[in-house]
Amino acid sequence: MEALYAITVGILTACSVFLILRGRSFPIVIGITMLSYAVNLFLFSTGRLVIGENPILGSGDSYTDPLPQALVLTAIVIGFAMTAYSIILAVRARGEIGTDEVNDLDTHNDTEGR
Amino acid sequence: MWPMHLAILPILIPLFAGLLQLLQWGENPQPIRRTIGIIACLLQLVVSIALLLQVQQHNIIVYALGNWQAPFGIVLSVDRLSSLMVLLTAVLALPVLLYACFGIDNLGSHFQALFQFQLMGIYGAFLTGDLFNLFVFFEVLLISSYALLMHGGGKFRIRACLHYVLINLAGSALFLIALGILYGSTGTLNIADMAQKVALLQGDDAAIAKAGALLLLVVFGIKAAILPLHFWLPQAYSTTSGVVAALFAIMTKVGIYAIARVYTLIFGANAGVLAMVGNDWIWVLGLLTLVVGAIGVMSSRDLRMLVAYLVVISVGTMMATLSFANERAISAVFFYLVHSTLITGALFLLADVMSAQRGKTASRIVSGRRMAQHSLLAVMFFVAAIAVIGIPPLSGFIGKLFILEAARMGNETALLWPIILVSSLVVIITMARAGSKMFWHTLSGKPGDSKSPTGQLVAISLLLSGSVLMTVFAQPISEFTTQLATDLVDGSYYMQAVLPTTEVATHGY
Repeated sequence: MEALYAITVGILTACSVFLILRGRSFPIVIGITMLSYAVNLFLFSTGRLVIGENPILGSGDSYTDPLPQALVLTAIVIGFAMTAYSIILAVRARGEIGTDEVNDLDTHNDTEGR
Repeated sequence: MWPMHLAILPILIPLFAGLLQLLQWGENPQPIRRTIGIIACLLQLVVSIALLLQVQQHNIIVYALGNWQAPFGIVLSVDRLSSLMVLLTAVLALPVLLYACFGIDNLGSHFQALFQFQLMGIYGAFLTGDLFNLFVFFEVLLISSYALLMHGGGKFRIRACLHYVLINLAGSALFLIALGILYGSTGTLNIADMAQKVALLQGDDAAIAKAGALLLLVVFGIKAAILPLHFWLPQAYSTTSGVVAALFAIMTKVGIYAIARVYTLIFGANAGVLAMVGNDWIWVLGLLTLVVGAIGVMSSRDLRMLVAYLVVISVGTMMATLSFANERAISAVFFYLVHSTLITGALFLLADVMSAQRGKTASRIVSGRRMAQHSLLAVMFFVAAIAVIGIPPLSGFIGKLFILEAARMGNETALLWPIILVSSLVVIITMARAGSKMFWHTLSGKPGDSKSPTGQLVAISLLLSGSVLMTVFAQPISEFTTQLATDLVDGSYYMQAVLPTTEVATHGY
């Protein structure tokens, strides 16, 4: 199970890194969203993977660590808000600048000669 | 009763002030929102002074949120370092908000509320004693900063903001990965508890924790803008409005604070296998940041860009010195940090006033028309330049002197001294060039007639007087920073205060 889990996280991370390295804002936003999925899965596994146990101490022979679950919940909420904001920002940047290239050299040089 | 709850107030005051400001206050809400904002900032100042006095008395205040004891609950732990940073934030915030109240907060919606939420995140990051809570407060300050950076709108702001948002989103993901790694190998997120657990790690666990530790350095490096991660800063700071840039003078310091906290308390000299794991990197990258900052300053054709690179220089100076991790170096760093925050804040506001009065040439370093309040601004620029370069008698000189003093022992002197001194020379040349171009080589013709409101000039003067006061009270301030550094390097009292029953801690995971 651990191997499958690790491979899943690894593939998600690799795809997200590939997308983030693109020079256009939309793939980057998708990549960052995918990275946050990978991170959430990874965080979940830091309490060790246990099947079929309660997250309550003393309710059985062993227990699963409740803290990573709380951390993942927090991370999901924050990641959701950030993704929403970055999509709006990317759309607005596309509208105002006229391109979704992250480093458009023409406008870049204009910054100082404004 | 109330002194017990003092530690949470710097977070609660801006939270409630911001919420109040969001309400719909009739036809013309802005005056009421401004009043709430100014009152909140005054309250924060009072509370942070009270907090500092309390900490001076008790060494450390530990506030268990919901009365859940560490390491299982989240605690706020206020030691001298935290209280100094909180006070510095409050001192910076008041003049900056005062400046913004003269019309700048009308350029976009909810500036006032965002300002308070931003402050809440910054205070929280300084106060918390839990690494995951630090992440949460980082996000609070980041999401407000994303919106503030866009304040006023415009093409260049949006582009800079997009870069800033994307790099920080990636940074947040890295932060979570680092926290996951550290939690997986130590089983705790409390800073004091982690410091104890990290010292016991051996073999593979230590190697994994090392990866986590260095990932954290990358995350804090993005915030602090150290070398390979600094590219967002000059663009973001020079295109945003002057007020926001001035408030952001404290933002890079959040990164430096976090590095100082984590790499002396958790991965400091007592961390067993992982002792001083980040310090070599901090040293090398700090020096390179300093060099890059100096080159950037020379190449800036815009005053705001120039000040943004001055921020990079100050970050480099502090990081390189911080890597010595002894009392004198840390004391020097935090003296310099207070000075550089106030002065860069003042310079950003000054650049904003100048560009408003110069009309079309704005803040570009070219000859322009005379400003409406030419001589007054010239005097302010002169004072700020002296302070930021580090010429006697102002605080920049004392700060740099402490740093050079701290670096006098050991082999590092041969590298740090020449680089700091040459970068100071570069800053003298560029500030002199900028000043003479903008104040002396003015075009003939009638001077501009748009005078700035007195309140804005008062706000800048308040920040500049901070530098003068730091010179007058250099002795008590440096005594305080020395004590702060001793506490930080020692660390044992911090652990004892946060974890009174150490047996519980060792059973943990």
